[in-house]
Amino acid sequence: MPPAERTRLHRTALLVLPALAALGVGILLLLAAGVPPFEALWRLYEGAFGDGGDVANTLMAWVPLVLAAAGLCVTFAAGAWNIGIDGQITFGAISAAAAARLVPGSTAVVVPAVVLAGLAGGALWGLAAGVLRTHGGVNEIFGGLGLDFVARGLAIYLIIGPWQREGVASTGGTDLFRREAWLPTVGSTNLSILALVLAIAALAGTVVLLRGTRFGLELKAIGKGPASAILLGVDATRRMLWSFLICGGLAGVAGAVQAIGFHHKLVPAVSGGYGFLALLVVLLVGFRQAWIAPVALFFAAILSGSTQLQLRLDIDSSLGGVLQGVLVLLVLLARGWQLRRDRSTVAVVGSPTGEAV
Amino acid sequence: MEAILTSIIAAATPLVFASIGETITERSGVINLSLEGSMMLAALAGFAAGYHSGVWWVGFLAAAAVGAAVAALVAGSSIALRINQVAVGFVLALLCVDLSSFLGVAYVRQRGVSVPHQPIPGLSEIPWLGQILFSHDLVVYAGLALIVASTWWMFRTGSGLILRGIGERPAAAHARAVPVNRLRYRYAAIGGALVGIGGAAFSLDVKLGWSFRHTAGFGWIVLAIVIFGGWHPVRAAFGAYLFGALQVVALKLQPVFPGLSQILPLLPFPLMIFTLVLVNRSWLRNLADRVPALRGLLSTDTPAALGRPFQP
Amino acid sequence: MTVALTGITKTFGSVRANDGVDLVVGDGELLGVLGENGAGKSTLMKILSGFQPADSGRVSIDGHQISLASPADAVAAGIGMLHQDPLVFLPMTVLDNYVLANPAQGDRRRGRHELAAAAGRFGFGLDLDTPVRRLSIGERQQLEILRLISLGVRVLILDEPTTAISVTQRAVLFAALRTLATDGTGVVFVSHKLEEVEELCTRVVVMRAGRVVGERAVPCSHDELVELMFGRRVDPEQRPPSLVGETRVRLEAVSVTDPLVPLHPVDLEIGAGEVVGIAGLEGSGQRQLLRACAGLTPFASGRFTLDGTDLTALPYRDRLTLGIRFLTAARIEEGLVEGLTVTEHVALVDDSGGGFVDWDEAERRADNRIERFSIRGMAGSTAESLSGGNQQRLLFALLPDRLSMLLMEHPTRGLDLESARWVWATLLERRGDGTAILFSSSDLDELLIHADRIAVFYAGEVVDVVEARLIGADRLGRLIAGAGRAAG
Repeated sequence: MPPAERTRLHRTALLVLPALAALGVGILLLLAAGVPPFEALWRLYEGAFGDGGDVANTLMAWVPLVLAAAGLCVTFAAGAWNIGIDGQITFGAISAAAAARLVPGSTAVVVPAVVLAGLAGGALWGLAAGVLRTHGGVNEIFGGLGLDFVARGLAIYLIIGPWQREGVASTGGTDLFRREAWLPTVGSTNLSILALVLAIAALAGTVVLLRGTRFGLELKAIGKGPASAILLGVDATRRMLWSFLICGGLAGVAGAVQAIGFHHKLVPAVSGGYGFLALLVVLLVGFRQAWIAPVALFFAAILSGSTQLQLRLDIDSSLGGVLQGVLVLLVLLARGWQLRRDRSTVAVVGSPTGEAV
Repeated sequence: MEAILTSIIAAATPLVFASIGETITERSGVINLSLEGSMMLAALAGFAAGYHSGVWWVGFLAAAAVGAAVAALVAGSSIALRINQVAVGFVLALLCVDLSSFLGVAYVRQRGVSVPHQPIPGLSEIPWLGQILFSHDLVVYAGLALIVASTWWMFRTGSGLILRGIGERPAAAHARAVPVNRLRYRYAAIGGALVGIGGAAFSLDVKLGWSFRHTAGFGWIVLAIVIFGGWHPVRAAFGAYLFGALQVVALKLQPVFPGLSQILPLLPFPLMIFTLVLVNRSWLRNLADRVPALRGLLSTDTPAALGRPFQP
Repeated sequence: MTVALTGITKTFGSVRANDGVDLVVGDGELLGVLGENGAGKSTLMKILSGFQPADSGRVSIDGHQISLASPADAVAAGIGMLHQDPLVFLPMTVLDNYVLANPAQGDRRRGRHELAAAAGRFGFGLDLDTPVRRLSIGERQQLEILRLISLGVRVLILDEPTTAISVTQRAVLFAALRTLATDGTGVVFVSHKLEEVEELCTRVVVMRAGRVVGERAVPCSHDELVELMFGRRVDPEQRPPSLVGETRVRLEAVSVTDPLVPLHPVDLEIGAGEVVGIAGLEGSGQRQLLRACAGLTPFASGRFTLDGTDLTALPYRDRLTLGIRFLTAARIEEGLVEGLTVTEHVALVDDSGGGFVDWDEAERRADNRIERFSIRGMAGSTAESLSGGNQQRLLFALLPDRLSMLLMEHPTRGLDLESARWVWATLLERRGDGTAILFSSSDLDELLIHADRIAVFYAGEVVDVVEARLIGADRLGRLIAGAGRAAG
C-alpha cells in the first residue's frame, strides 16, 4: 500500500476505532445497569433529534459549545491552556444578567445590549487570567481554575444577596428576567436564530482570524516558538493578552445565551459545564478547527439526548458524559500510542505546541 | 468551642489524606488534574465495596485501589505515551465524575457501613484536648498520623529526599542513577491511593452514604490546597484544616448569613492565586533563604519539573 | 587505574565532532585537554562520562573494555564528570545535594560529618545548610567534586571549570586538584585557556577539528601549543584598507551585568559599512555585548548611540524599527519558529500594514526570496526541515533591505563552505549600504579575512582592538588565548 494511503488509513483508524470502543464501553455500562443497550441508544438519538423541539434543544446546546470551542482555538494557538473558560462563561452570564435587569426597552434594544454585556464581561474575565499569566507568572491552568470558582462564588453571592428573589433568598436562582430580555425563539421551541448566527459567526470569525490575519499568524508563532517570535518582532505579551480577551469574549457570549436563552435568570451553575465540555471537544479534534462544528454537534446531541434518556428510561443523564469522556480519552490514548512509535517528532498529544505544562 | 474544633478535625480528614497524597504526587513531578473525578469515583467504590462486604476497611482498600489506578493512568500516559498530563488529567476528571454518577445510581440513599467511633481509652479523658484529638475514629487518627509520618519521611529520609529530587531536576537525579520514571509511577500511585482513601473518608465517615455528585468540588479544592500548602504536608494539612474551619464557620453562620456556606468554601481558590503570585516574587525567596527558621514556613517553591515528562 | 579511549568517533549530522580519537589517562595524572571551541573536547568528555554514546570506538579501564550507557554507569566504573554548571538541586541545601541518592551516605549525620571533613581538607568553605541556589558556580563545583569523590571516582573530568569562577576560587580549585592527584585520582582538565593548562597540568593533549593533533609534557613551549591549537595559518595577503564611512555606532564604557560573565566597560566605534569582528574564547563576553546592543538585555552603564541618537535604554522592538537586527547562533531556538513554513515566516516579518495576510502574495514573495537567496527548500517547507545552511539563508532573507546595524553571533557556525562563502558575499553587499556590522566568531580565518577590525575579548574585557589586515594569525591566536593578560 503506498505510504500516503497508509497514513490516511491510519488516521481514520485512529478516529474510528476509539469511537467504536467508546460505543462498546457504553453498551457494557448499560448492560451492567440492566438496561437494554440498543433501545437506550435509540432513545438517546431520539432525544436529540426526535422532533422539532428536540432538535431545537440540541442546537441550543450546540451554540455555547461552539462559541467556547472557537474561543479556545485562539488561546490554544498561542500555546495557552485556558481552563478558566468556564469562569469566563459564568462571568459573561453575570454581566448579561446585569444588563437584562438594568437595560430598559424592547427586545430589539435589550437583547443586543445583553449580548454585548456578556461579551465584555467574559472578555474581562479572560483578560484577568491572561494578566495573571503574563504579569503575575501564574500558570493559566491554576489561575483559570481559581477564577472559575471566584466567578461561581460571585454568581452565588449575587443570587442570594443583591439580586435575591422576592421574599425567599434561594440558591435556585434570581427571579426570571422580564419577557423583553428573553432571547427570541422560533415558534414554541427553544431555538434562537440569533444564537445560531452568533455561533456560526464565531466559528467562521476565528477561522478567519487564525488563518487569514497577521494576528493569527503571530499567535501561531508565539505558540510554536516564543523566543524566536519575540526576536522576529512579535509583541508576545500583547498578543497573548488579546487571545485571552477574545476567547473570554466568545465565552461571555455563550454565557449571555445561557442566561437569556436557556435559564432566563441567573443560576449558580449558569455555565452548564460548557466551558469544560468545549475543552474536551477541542482535545478530541486535535485543535483542528474544521472538525469543531460536527464534533460539537455530536457532543450536543449526546448532552440533550441523555436528558431525555433520564426522563423516559430513567437512566442517569451522566451516561452522556461518560460516553463523551470515554471517547476523548480513548482518542487521546490512541494518538499517544501512535506517537510513541513515531520517534522522529517531539510532538505531544493534547498539547498544541508540543510542550508539556 | 471544643465541639467546633472536634468537628473541624473530623471534617477535614478526607482533605488531609487527599492533599498530602497529591503533594507527594506533585513533588515527584507528576500533576494529577483528575482529582475531582478520581476522588468521587473512589468515594463511590469505597461505599460500594463496604456495602457489599459489610466491612468498612474493605471499602477503604477499594477506594485506594481506584485512586491509585487513575493516578497511574495519568502518569503512564505522560511517561509512556507522550500525552500531555494536563489533558489526560482533565478528561479523567470529567469522565470519573460522570462515571461515578452513572454507576452510583443504585447506591443513592442506601445505608452502608461506616467507620466505628473509637475514642482512645485514657487519652480521650484529657480535658479539652482529649475530646478534640482523641475522640474520633481510626480514620481520623490515621490522618493525623499521616501528617507526621509523611513530613518525617519527606524531609528526613533518603527516599524522601530522592522524591523531592526527581520533581525538582530529574536530569540531576538521573545522573545519580535514580530511576526517575519508575519512581514517578510509584509516587503517583501512592499519592493516588491516598486521594482515594480521602474519597472513602467522605462516603464512609464524614459524609456518610452516597448521593449525586457526593464529593462535588472537593477534588478541585485539593489542588488549590496543595499549592497553597507549598507542596509541604504540614502546610497542606493546615490548608485542609483551614478549609474545614471555613466550612464549619459557614454552617454556623448560615442562619445569619444564608448562602455563606456556599461562598466561603470557595476561598481556597483566591488564596491559591495569591500564593502563586507570591511564588514568583524573588524578595520572598531571598528572605526565606536567609532565614532558615522561616524557610519551611515561607517556601513556596514549585517543584521545577512539575508536569514535564522526563526522557533520559 | 588507567582509562583509555581508543578510536572514538562521533558524528552529528554532517559534523564529525570526534574523529578517531585516542586518549589515555592514568593514576595521579593531571592531564590537560586543550583546544578551541568546536575542537571536540566536550563531546569526547561526554562520551567518557556516559552522557553520550560514541558511534564507534571503545572505552577501557585497565585494559578491559567497559560499556557506558548512562552517567551512572560511568560513576560506577569510577569516572565522574564535573560540568561547567553542575547538575545540582537548586532549592536544596548543600548537605542535601551531597546526600541525595548517595549510597555511601547511610545517614545524614554521618554525611554531614564526612562532608565537613572533606571540605576542610580541600580548603572549601561551604556552609552545609545554605540552599545551593545561593552558591556561586565555583562553590557548586566544589560541592560536586566532593560528592563525586565520595562516590569513589578515580578519574575526575572537569569540563571548562574556570569559565565562571573567580580568581580566588580558581586557586582553591587548582590546589584541590593537585591534592587529588597526589591521592592517586586521575584528573582530566578540559579547557581552551592555555595558561591555566600550563599552570596546572603535567601533560597536555591538544585537539583540533575533532582530532588529536599533538601531545606534550608540561612545561613546554607556549608558542608550540598555540600553533597546535590554532594550526599554522597562512596570513591573508595584505589587502588595501576598505572604505569606511563616518562613525555610526558608538559604544562608550558600556557594561553588562551577567551572573556568569559580566562584561566590563567597553569602548568601541563602528563606521558605516565597517565590519568589526569580536574574537575570543567562548564565554568571554561577546554574547553579552551583542545581546545588549540588540536590546535583549540592558546595559548596566555607559552609552550606546546610533547616528548620534542615544539608544541605551531603548526596548528591543523599538530598535527593530530603527534598523538594528540581531541573528543569534541558535537558529531554531532563537531565530526561526519551528513548525512555521517559509511563507509564514515571510508573512510574519512583512510589515507592509494590513490586518489580513494575502497568502498568495506571501507565497510569491517567499518564492522570490528563495530564489534570490538560493535557499534549498520550498515555500511550504517548515523551518526545521531546512538544513543549517539554508536556515541561515532564510534568516538573511527575512532581514529588511536596508539596515543601520547588523549584529551576528557566529554567522557561519556549522555551515558548509559554500554556504559560508555565500553569507559573506551577502554581507559584503550590506557594507555597500552603509550598514555597521558587528559579529562574533571563533573562526580565525573568518575574522582575518572578512573583518576590518577585530576586538579581542578575554574574561569579560576587551584586550585589544586591532586592524585585521595588519595582525598575523599567530598573534591573534595568542591574544585570544589570553597571552599578554596577567592571569587574574
